[in-house]
Amino acid sequence: MNKLNLDQKTIESCRIHANAIAEKIVRFIDNHTTVSVERSILRLLGVDGVDRYQVPLVNRLVDDCLQQRNCGEGISRYLAASLKNTQRNLADFLVAYQAGKATLAKDPASVEETLAILKPWIDQGLKKIQEQKELRNHWINTYGTAKTQIYVIVATGNIHEDVIQAQAAARAGADIIAVIRSTGQSLLDYVPYGITTEGFGGTYATQANFRLMRQALDEVSKDVGRYIRLVNYASGLCMPEIAAMAALERLDILLNDSLYGIIFRDINMQRTFIDQNFSRLINAYAGILINTGEDNYLTTSDAVEEAHTVLASQFINEAFAKKAHLSASLMGLGHAFEIDPEIENSFLFEIAQAEMAREIFPDAPLKYMPPTKHISGNIFRATMQNALFNLATVMTDQSIHLLGMMTEAIHTPFLSDRFLAIDSAKTIQKTAKSFREAIDYREGGVIHTRAREVLQKAKLLLGDVEKTGLFNALENGVFAGVKRPFQGGKGLEGVYVKDKDYVNPIALRMEEFFR
Amino acid sequence: MNIKPYGDTLQDGKVQISFTLPIAADAIGLEAARQLAKKMGLIDPNVVHQEKLGDHFSFYIVYGSVGVSIDLNDIHVETFETPTMTREEIEQLIETELDRELVFVGASTGTDAHTVGIDAIMNMKGFAGHYGLERYKHIKAVNLGSQVANEEFVRQAKLLKADVLLVSQTVTQKDIHLKNLVDLVELLETEQMRKDVVLIAGGARITHELAKELGYDAGFGPKKYAEDVAAYAVLELIRRKKQMF
Repeated sequence: MNKLNLDQKTIESCRIHANAIAEKIVRFIDNHTTVSVERSILRLLGVDGVDRYQVPLVNRLVDDCLQQRNCGEGISRYLAASLKNTQRNLADFLVAYQAGKATLAKDPASVEETLAILKPWIDQGLKKIQEQKELRNHWINTYGTAKTQIYVIVATGNIHEDVIQAQAAARAGADIIAVIRSTGQSLLDYVPYGITTEGFGGTYATQANFRLMRQALDEVSKDVGRYIRLVNYASGLCMPEIAAMAALERLDILLNDSLYGIIFRDINMQRTFIDQNFSRLINAYAGILINTGEDNYLTTSDAVEEAHTVLASQFINEAFAKKAHLSASLMGLGHAFEIDPEIENSFLFEIAQAEMAREIFPDAPLKYMPPTKHISGNIFRATMQNALFNLATVMTDQSIHLLGMMTEAIHTPFLSDRFLAIDSAKTIQKTAKSFREAIDYREGGVIHTRAREVLQKAKLLLGDVEKTGLFNALENGVFAGVKRPFQGGKGLEGVYVKDKDYVNPIALRMEEFFR
Repeated sequence: MNIKPYGDTLQDGKVQISFTLPIAADAIGLEAARQLAKKMGLIDPNVVHQEKLGDHFSFYIVYGSVGVSIDLNDIHVETFETPTMTREEIEQLIETELDRELVFVGASTGTDAHTVGIDAIMNMKGFAGHYGLERYKHIKAVNLGSQVANEEFVRQAKLLKADVLLVSQTVTQKDIHLKNLVDLVELLETEQMRKDVVLIAGGARITHELAKELGYDAGFGPKKYAEDVAAYAVLELIRRKKQMF
């Protein structure tokens, strides 16, 4: 559907710029690995568990590797050598390793040997992911997918309480449940272990918590006759590890942005780009839909003046996603309804932005975020603002509809807050069902003019970023006005140049799959 | 003077409340909600709405009157009024009274990932038409962003020779922000810096009373903008300067 009559040539040049921007970074990515990439490989090979100090074994092994050499040769080669030297299978080796009866090999195995020795565990890990993917497809084929899926968040800190709230939300009409992570988890350079019942502003993302919630949602899916999707956050220092765990435990959607961690969590840009690439490869292989975080630009910067940075970032995220084999149907590009309602015609600007995203990325399951910045403690006014947002969602055919809460900025949502939000969204979906088909926007009207202006500005920005390079652009504070140095931020010490004999046996097989 | 909530008639005491009960939406739930409202002290509670929230929860909206009233003469509030000043007036005041560049260092500290509050006060653009501190002449505003550890915050404050520290706390689950705010005060005292800075807390759930209680000089909640914070800080610095002589 074409309501804005956008200039296709301008869109095409945006894509060309974005592709060139990503291309340069991909060359850098290809020459590097990180500690979290290496730990993800171990996780996918089946290494799990923690030592008595709650340190994950994957961290122990990678740290051992770092004490001897660096990660540039790849943890897989050391693991393969260890299995060969000790004549043990992986499970037995890990038991012995944990008991202090075996150590990580001092010298790595050759690449050929590594691939041969680890083959059974590579096969097993990939098979498990494929099985989960097939199971998800089966669910989706059985129950179908709503055109606009209702997305709500649970965040009690206690996974058992989350389960209760998630099931209640699903029964009330939610299609997608996100378990928000404990504040600060993105800055941990390890993934906590086991079932957790305490968190701050959210619940720790652990593999055991993933499994528990997936089971609970499968249960409720059968009851309500809809496949309830589960979301978590592949961001922060353990981005690819979360993706690995999500692939194994059949999460359906991951927040997975190529720039977000750099800008908003001050994670080093080199680390982030390398990590996002492997995490997205895993997501592509596992059929996990990604959500990008462009909405965040608007909570920091002005939503009217900086709207083009959202579009520019969507193009960049698309380019990176393509490089990691994610199909358009898995690219849940993000944006948000964040314009100050005091601004005249702000609703029309929101429509322009949302419709533009819809038309430029027709196959992407766009993720639309609710107002937050201009929500005060006035819950009654917030209800009205959220209703406007819900109407914009229907009018512009957004795919993933994250519901606004009237108690935004007061507390994490009560059960009833979520219920009222779902009720509002569903009522508006119903009352305005065919609105989109019934309307056209007038040539030269506010909506047309605004969309063109934003697209044009995005093109200019992308052209500039291509010239300076994305690394420099981030150093100059192009996005959200935040400046990040190339060598600054958290996690740089975990970045390594690949040795000429480096191997990532999982990535190798995944790449093969896409060829 | 005794006052009560106002519905449509003076002293009618009308209030609205809503809550969820962890039971099914049926006649028992309805009566439970009514009795609960009565126990809360509502006179003639009227459960105007019951709604099913899944199988095991139900939601209620209740109207009623409160029997109690408040005598305004008994209320004592430490009012915290900063004079309303414009950016230009504040700049002028710094020029004439302090005659130097002031350093404001701000951050969202601890694990708090929200920058909305600190950005609204500090960033050039400001919030709702109120320019942020970055735009002020004679003020060097350094926004360290979110998730800044207290130790790092203090280190930067020392390095930048901060006159004013702005601490933003948004996330409030399990009151983690309180502990974090107190920790900062203790750290500043250990470093013997507490007296050298004007220490200000801000955030959606921060009040001036709370901030004072925690050992801060002032606290700013919702509907406060850069000029409120700047006016307070500048006047406080002038007051301290005069005290020295």
